[in-house]
Amino acid sequence: MSALELRGVSKVYGEGPIEVHALRHVDLSVAPGELIAVMGPSGSGKSTLLTIAGSLEERSSGDVLIDGSALSRMSRNQRARLRRRSIGYVFQDFNLLAGLRAVENVALPLELDGVAVKTARRAGLEALEQLGLADRASAYPDELSGGERQRVAVARAIVGERHLLLADEPSGALDSLNGEAVMRMIRAACRRGVAGVVVTHDAQLASWADRVVFLRDGRVVDQTSPPPEPESLLVHEPPR
Amino acid sequence: MSVRHALLALLSEGPKYGLQLRQEFEARTGEVWPLNVGQVYTTLQRLERDGLVESDDSAEEGPQKAFRITADGAHELGEWLRTPPDMASPPRDELVIKVMVALGLHGVDVREVVQVHRRHLVELMQQWTRLKGDADEHDVGFALVVDAELFRLESLIRWLDAADARIARLATDVPEAMPATTSSVPKARRRVGSGR
Repeated sequence: MSALELRGVSKVYGEGPIEVHALRHVDLSVAPGELIAVMGPSGSGKSTLLTIAGSLEERSSGDVLIDGSALSRMSRNQRARLRRRSIGYVFQDFNLLAGLRAVENVALPLELDGVAVKTARRAGLEALEQLGLADRASAYPDELSGGERQRVAVARAIVGERHLLLADEPSGALDSLNGEAVMRMIRAACRRGVAGVVVTHDAQLASWADRVVFLRDGRVVDQTSPPPEPESLLVHEPPR
Repeated sequence: MSVRHALLALLSEGPKYGLQLRQEFEARTGEVWPLNVGQVYTTLQRLERDGLVESDDSAEEGPQKAFRITADGAHELGEWLRTPPDMASPPRDELVIKVMVALGLHGVDVREVVQVHRRHLVELMQQWTRLKGDADEHDVGFALVVDAELFRLESLIRWLDAADARIARLATDVPEAMPATTSSVPKARRRVGSGR
């Protein structure tokens, strides 16, 4: 069963002459443990795809299935629980709460879901440990570097039982090594069974994915084939 | 990639044998560039002829002969490290030519051609990234070689993205796309690309 499936999803903003088709009949399926990148220029519908997949926005038609359950058949409360419990989000600008320490930010989705504070904090610390940030657990966001903040955001997205990770330009304005570090973490989470979707216009980020899907004018126009064994790259013409 | 200067760099750390030089060269370039032993000895002979390295004259040719860098060799190495490679004349890029040709042809969807190349380049980047992801993070030599390739491929993709956006804009502005041959860019400037 797919961790995430989009079936003929369309999204239209506005009506009549000002109608904008952000997504047109998008089909996409992501297996547990798979990391997908969605590439496309600005305005191609990437972010809309992600917010609809994450139940943060309503689609106009089609359906989204998470672990086989259709969002259209869920009540508002069921969808809210799904967002708190199963889906992790990483945004370009980190979206950490300034008044909370790193570990509190990470534990927040669990606490909102009714998990006891102590248990939630312990899980938060574990997630930070996985990302090599345990020693920064008590720091506030403004005491962290950009790279550290984004790692905290990734920790928050994978804390607890979350098994779908949705990331919108997760390297934001980070330099290339910090961007790489974020993608290594997302990839590691996927190796542990999390299904990941990263939307980006950045080919370096996208190249961490198992599969890259190309979006143009709200449509999926192409996707990469499974890569051959990478060893074939190492047969090179000798240097001069 | 200059084998000559790579060998000088390795010898600047101390005297070494030919086989050792080959092993160290391959290790430091992340084993991406294999080097045959004949190439190592030919290059060493030339370096010796030019006075940039010297060997123990008494030893016979072969694996037991150690080489060391001379003062001239060290000077040559320092000069080479700081001499910019020739970036002034852009190479004739086959990818650029293909997209330009597609733009001038009737019945060819240029944006589809662009996408074919974009996908291929992303697939190549995925393979390199997979190698980097699976490699030891502390293997700096390998990471540098892979990064160089990733940045090169990425720059081509960014060019394709820009080309795609320009072509899309052209298609909405002017239904009959005009090929680049009617460009108003002065001829002298248009010749810049034919340096090599």
